[in-house]
Amino acid sequence: MAILELRDLTKRFGETIAVDRFTLSVEKGEFVSLLGPSGCGKTTTLQMVAGFETPTSGSIALNGRDLSKVPARARGLGIVFQTYALFPHMTVEENVGFGLEMRKVPADERKRRIAETLDLVHLSHLSARYPRQMSGGQRQRVALARALVIEPELLLLDEPLSNLDAKLREEMQLELRRIQQEAGVTTLLVTHDQSEAMALSDRIAVMQGGRLIQEATPFEAYDRPTNGFVSSFLGKSNAIDAHLEAGGPGAAQLRCGDIRLDGPVSSQGPGAVLVSLRPERIEFCGEGEGIVSGTVVERVFLGDQWLFKVKTGLGELLVVRRNSGRREPDLGEAVHLSWQAEHLRILEAGSAA
Amino acid sequence: MTGDRARPWLLSAPALLLFAVMLVTPLVMTAILSFNSFDFYGGIQPTFGFSNYADVLGDSYFYEIFGRTFLIALVTTVICALIGTPQAYFLLRMHPFWRSLMILVVLGPLLISVVVRTLGWAILLGNNGVINEALRNIGLIERPLKMMYTSGGIVLALVHVMVPFMILAVWAALQRQDPATEKAAESLGAKPFTVFRRIVLPQAMPGILSGSLIVFSLSASAFATPAILGGRRVKVVSTTVYDEFLNTLNWPLGAAIAVILLVSVLAIMVAWNRLVEKRFAAVFQ
Repeated sequence: MAILELRDLTKRFGETIAVDRFTLSVEKGEFVSLLGPSGCGKTTTLQMVAGFETPTSGSIALNGRDLSKVPARARGLGIVFQTYALFPHMTVEENVGFGLEMRKVPADERKRRIAETLDLVHLSHLSARYPRQMSGGQRQRVALARALVIEPELLLLDEPLSNLDAKLREEMQLELRRIQQEAGVTTLLVTHDQSEAMALSDRIAVMQGGRLIQEATPFEAYDRPTNGFVSSFLGKSNAIDAHLEAGGPGAAQLRCGDIRLDGPVSSQGPGAVLVSLRPERIEFCGEGEGIVSGTVVERVFLGDQWLFKVKTGLGELLVVRRNSGRREPDLGEAVHLSWQAEHLRILEAGSAA
Repeated sequence: MTGDRARPWLLSAPALLLFAVMLVTPLVMTAILSFNSFDFYGGIQPTFGFSNYADVLGDSYFYEIFGRTFLIALVTTVICALIGTPQAYFLLRMHPFWRSLMILVVLGPLLISVVVRTLGWAILLGNNGVINEALRNIGLIERPLKMMYTSGGIVLALVHVMVPFMILAVWAALQRQDPATEKAAESLGAKPFTVFRRIVLPQAMPGILSGSLIVFSLSASAFATPAILGGRRVKVVSTTVYDEFLNTLNWPLGAAIAVILLVSVLAIMVAWNRLVEKRFAAVFQ
């Protein structure tokens, strides 16, 4: 059964529509991400769920209970803020205990639950510290412990990792996933970081301009984006404008300028389309075996992989190659590219970001 | 290299010079003066001794004046904190348009001379003043309430003068806090008043501290307000110093009182600062 049900949720600020008829349901124990660029309405959506913003229309139900008349303090949600919002004048223990204190939990039980939760986030040894004496990652854990200790029905995470440096962010991603699964808490994450959303979530809701664009598992959203925005926002992608030829059922025939491409099976009608191709699906191959030829115009070494930009008849294509110690083409070298037709995604024209 | 080293000194030289001439010199001269003695027929005698300090510290008349001065300053500070802190919080939460308007209202009084404002209070507080007349006309009182020439009247007027300093100090401290801490407390189940008391107030402490330091020291050494509203009957330290200098012409005694006031205000401020910083160590980074 769905724990959280958002139905036609809309928020207007004057003339601008921040969130537009947003519908989403989150199952018990599930980890769902709202993903999108800044200004896509994801934070406003979170604020409405938290109770800090009032929806213009639509409904929010938690466990079947309508939240529209419930003030933020009575919703019982655990929230981790982007800035962590720890209370600077309280120790870690007092920070974590604050929610229990407000719930008038007796002192001995409070102590036990604080200890358990600090244990879960591996911070038991720092319980007497003040927030300013801790690193970013540790503060993040305190914020998480403070939100989890009240055993919320729903945990809201607002860009929780954006204030950490890249290395720590990766560590915390794994840590966050572990803690969420151990605590078994239903979680709604808001982020603009696609890798964070993919690494953490069971399901991703991609938002653009206040609307839900696609709702899918991370793998599906990456591999089968329903539109050009999703395909370019999730990971890197080559967007090629093409024309879908009329044809019978079966494999699609695409034309891009005077280059003909074999496409996957598509239900789309003939006309202008956007073809998306992931850079890691493109292979270098020998002369004559390639689909298109071109020259390398940019070459970037990233350690575990190479990034190429190849100028071809289809425009400049991005190619990603895993670094396996092979010799890779030099700048200016002529190369031949191939891929399998099923890796092309045929999307609506003009839907790119 | 030497040019680089000298530059900061050269740049601050004008300010330092001004500081030395206008502040340090008179202070030092006042301190020296306080050790001289005074003779009714011969005037100031260039002797050196502690007789003036002994006179002040041995006379209950001066204890009363010092006690009254610090009590007035303390009560003024407390009332300013009680009014200023919530007001700063309201300012913080206001819509930006109303906030800039309200800050103007708060700062407005500072643009008017203290003497003019205090004379205004005198009109309001007098035995035949506006307040007493009004109360008599309604029939609430028969004889006028005595408000002029009382410590209470002085406190009232001082609060009016000092509250903007408190508001500005607290407001500056509140602006540094993360507004999400209030939301966090709310989401954890805290009612608005609890949020204010447990989350906002402790974070405002640095501002309340600096505000009360300003208000206390300005109130303890205020002259115009107690001179107009207290007159000869309710003397405070600064009006006593004034009288010693200009009526009795006993400059050395006046200087000694002034030095004692300076030292005791400094001592109180340092002690208060220590106490609060220790108590709220976590908020002071």
